[in-house]
Amino acid sequence: MKTEILVAALAGGMSSNRVLHSSHETAPYECDGLTMFKARPKVVVLPETREEVCYVLKVCQENGVPVVARGAGTGLSGGALPHAEGVLMVMAKFNRILAVDGDARTARVEPGVRNLAISEAVSELGLYYAPDPSSQIACSIGGNIAENSGGVHCLKYGLTVHNVLSVTLALADGSIVTVGSDALDSPGYDLLAVTIGSEGLLGIVLEATVKLLPKPEEMRVVMAAFDDVTKAGDSVGRIIAEGIIPAGLEMMDGPAVAAVEDFVKAGYPLDAEAMLLCEVDGTRDEVAEELLKVERILKDSGATMLRVAKDEAERILFWKGRKSAFPAVGRISPDYYCMDGTIPRKHLSLVLTRMREMSKRYALRCANVFHAGDGNLHPLILFDANDPEELTRAEAFGAEILELCVEVGGTITGEHGVGIEKINEMCVQFSSDELTQFHELKAAFDPTGILNPGKAVPTLNRCAEFGKMHIHKGQMPHPELERF
Amino acid sequence: MSDLIDMLAARLKNKQPISVIGSNTKGFLGGALTDEPLSMREHAGIVNYEPTELVLTAKAGTALSEINTLLAKSGQMLPFEPPMFGEDSTLGGAMASGLSGPRRIHLGSARDAILGLRLINGLGQHLRFGGEVMKNVAGYDLSRLSVGAFGTLGILTEISVKVLPLPEQERTQMLTYSNARALSEMIRIGRHPYPVSAMTWVNDMLYVRLSGTGRGVDAAAKALGGETLANQKRYWNSICHHMHPSFKQDQEWLWRLSVPPTTPINSIPFEILDWAGAQRWVHAAPFDYSLFELAESLGGHATCFSSERVEGTGMQPLKPLVMQLSHRVKKALDPFGLINRGRFLEEAS
Ligand SMILES: Cc1cc2nc3c(=O)[nH]c(=O)nc-3n(C[C@H](O)[C@H](O)[C@H](O)COP(=O)(O)OP(=O)(O)OC[C@H]3O[C@@H](n4cnc5c(N)ncnc54)[C@H](O)[C@@H]3O)c2cc1C
Repeated sequence: MKTEILVAALAGGMSSNRVLHSSHETAPYECDGLTMFKARPKVVVLPETREEVCYVLKVCQENGVPVVARGAGTGLSGGALPHAEGVLMVMAKFNRILAVDGDARTARVEPGVRNLAISEAVSELGLYYAPDPSSQIACSIGGNIAENSGGVHCLKYGLTVHNVLSVTLALADGSIVTVGSDALDSPGYDLLAVTIGSEGLLGIVLEATVKLLPKPEEMRVVMAAFDDVTKAGDSVGRIIAEGIIPAGLEMMDGPAVAAVEDFVKAGYPLDAEAMLLCEVDGTRDEVAEELLKVERILKDSGATMLRVAKDEAERILFWKGRKSAFPAVGRISPDYYCMDGTIPRKHLSLVLTRMREMSKRYALRCANVFHAGDGNLHPLILFDANDPEELTRAEAFGAEILELCVEVGGTITGEHGVGIEKINEMCVQFSSDELTQFHELKAAFDPTGILNPGKAVPTLNRCAEFGKMHIHKGQMPHPELERF
Repeated sequence: MSDLIDMLAARLKNKQPISVIGSNTKGFLGGALTDEPLSMREHAGIVNYEPTELVLTAKAGTALSEINTLLAKSGQMLPFEPPMFGEDSTLGGAMASGLSGPRRIHLGSARDAILGLRLINGLGQHLRFGGEVMKNVAGYDLSRLSVGAFGTLGILTEISVKVLPLPEQERTQMLTYSNARALSEMIRIGRHPYPVSAMTWVNDMLYVRLSGTGRGVDAAAKALGGETLANQKRYWNSICHHMHPSFKQDQEWLWRLSVPPTTPINSIPFEILDWAGAQRWVHAAPFDYSLFELAESLGGHATCFSSERVEGTGMQPLKPLVMQLSHRVKKALDPFGLINRGRFLEEAS
């Protein structure tokens, strides 16, 4: 469809100053947090009302124009990468907190509301919204729902899927449906569950009701240094084996610690091979008891240094270091590529050893931050995107890490989503029947396939093209594709 | 793969309708099956259990009692406290029905606990979704979608769930309160970070279960006041597994109402409040389906739990758009409508 015709059609249902198409207007939207993929959309729309969203969807469905939703654009898998032939729907103007119910402990919000803004708004009620991605000052709740985002506290308090009660969606045909409810469950299929983490492929989030939790009476964090990553990893297993589920349990390796310390000056141990942050929260008594246990376990596991944050300011400083890990690494390298695999924790040292080998082989540095409690790894591959050859190596290194995650029984993405970035690795993790099943499900919501096409689930052709065949019990799962 | 799995897959490939059950302890929920059901009970066994990974994988026919015993040996439990209406309840049945016990308000529901599964879809393909790790966003969340679907989106064959440590200490405080006072107390307590793992009200008594460290639980018990219940396990089991006398009422039908927790008490005449007000157990005259309307007007839904009911599914009618979408989702997984006919969604009109 010609741009002018599309623009005119869109402007028929919304103010034309929120329909952007000149290249200087669309340029700021050419990528999300994963800057290695860029594309200019034909048109950017900034709807302000549900009617406008539905109008845009109807126009696009009638004309077969792809629609990509965008929240704050902090996504790390290219989920909000525009479609060159399509419309980018920016949900930023949906930024109101519509209602807060302290007794029911819920907040009803529009999708463009920032994650942290919810906790800030309900703080005076003694409540907060638990999932806390490191990007929480910027990322939107709509994006969190689309990615099923996690945070450093999700070991104890769950991911987005555990903290959202209902979502109102605009479907591709412009109809509006609410999945979930203000009750704890809803009749029929759990359409809410499948909506969360659907990466903008099933519908546009127009509104959500999230759960709020009472703020813990106390939070204490311990920092522990280890001279060996295996010991650090084992201590995590021991904490859990003793029946403690810490509020947060994070690990960083030596290179990550060095980068962060240089940036934040959080007092991290520069001589350590690995560092852990373990937070316990609850009532004063609970925290006191658990803290003692955690300290004992960490000592017994061979921690070379242990420090409990002495006050709230220091606790925040310890976390600030962890939450700044990505930008900190960004300072020591022209570019970095953040991976997001999850592994069964017991394979941590094997995976770290193999990654060190890869780092040598690809001649690229790698720093590791790790949601240790739930096995979610974020290896950060350091490279220079101005050197195309180095970029190619970084991508190959990343892909090999993800395949290793699958090999040890894990997954290619714990919380950042597949987007465009990990689309080939999906062919490694799933068989063609499974991928086909995903496409069928997508078609139930979006029969013409206009929402975020080409993302999250690869076509079988693509898998064949990339030759990412998962050899399982000596059988190729995509045998039917050889004719392509 | 077992003979049973091969047989089920082969029959579906031949477009033969199939119904499956676990031990049929929840057979009274949902509509009557059109086809003679096969039991998954023989497809049983723990596939993988690693306490420090907080994950257990078992075949669908594995008895919950076997799983509970195994977990307890390592000081762990299923976080969602699955209700069992018979000795032989299976993991597959627990997930297919999606029910959760009193601990749901603290540690989440069955759907919250599932990490991955294998299922046979309506084309007879044996597929795997999710996995054995806590965080996994690769592909749509078909595992969670399947929880509470009564097997109609596919035959569950193997399930991975998150498990959690048993609390170090548990203690239940009882306070003699009217239902109105109890509900406002539940709301007050809920806004405070006490280590609460369940709150119920029955027979003019509020029960608050505290779970956590020794001193933490004792301090909270002191703050809440009331008397400590001596045989707390027995009480919580009676609520979880419906053995409490208040679930039974001669001549009347038992209904479950799932409503926003702050729903005023006088809007529904209930016998038992669970989930801190969000789950209410109600008795109604036989054939009185007006609870559907009432529940919907309160922003919730109703499910009939009476084994006397024979017609329909006893489940809340869906809103038109949700209904359409649900039928399309069913078609996506079971295009020929072969699995568990009659059990769940009312037929498309
Ligand atoms: C420094 C940094 C740290 C991060 N830390 C974490 C972390 O700790 N944990 C974590 O999980 N993630 C983390 N992320 C990733 C990212 O912040 C999350 O994925 C976040 O949820 C994206 O939100 P967003 O509003 O920026 O979405 P976008 O990037 O704008 O979009 C992400 C996806 O959501 C879709 N989408 C957006 N809005 C809607 C809507 N209204 N309806 C339907 N679909 C929609 C888009 O199409 C796209 O597929 C981090 C990113 C950065 C840059």
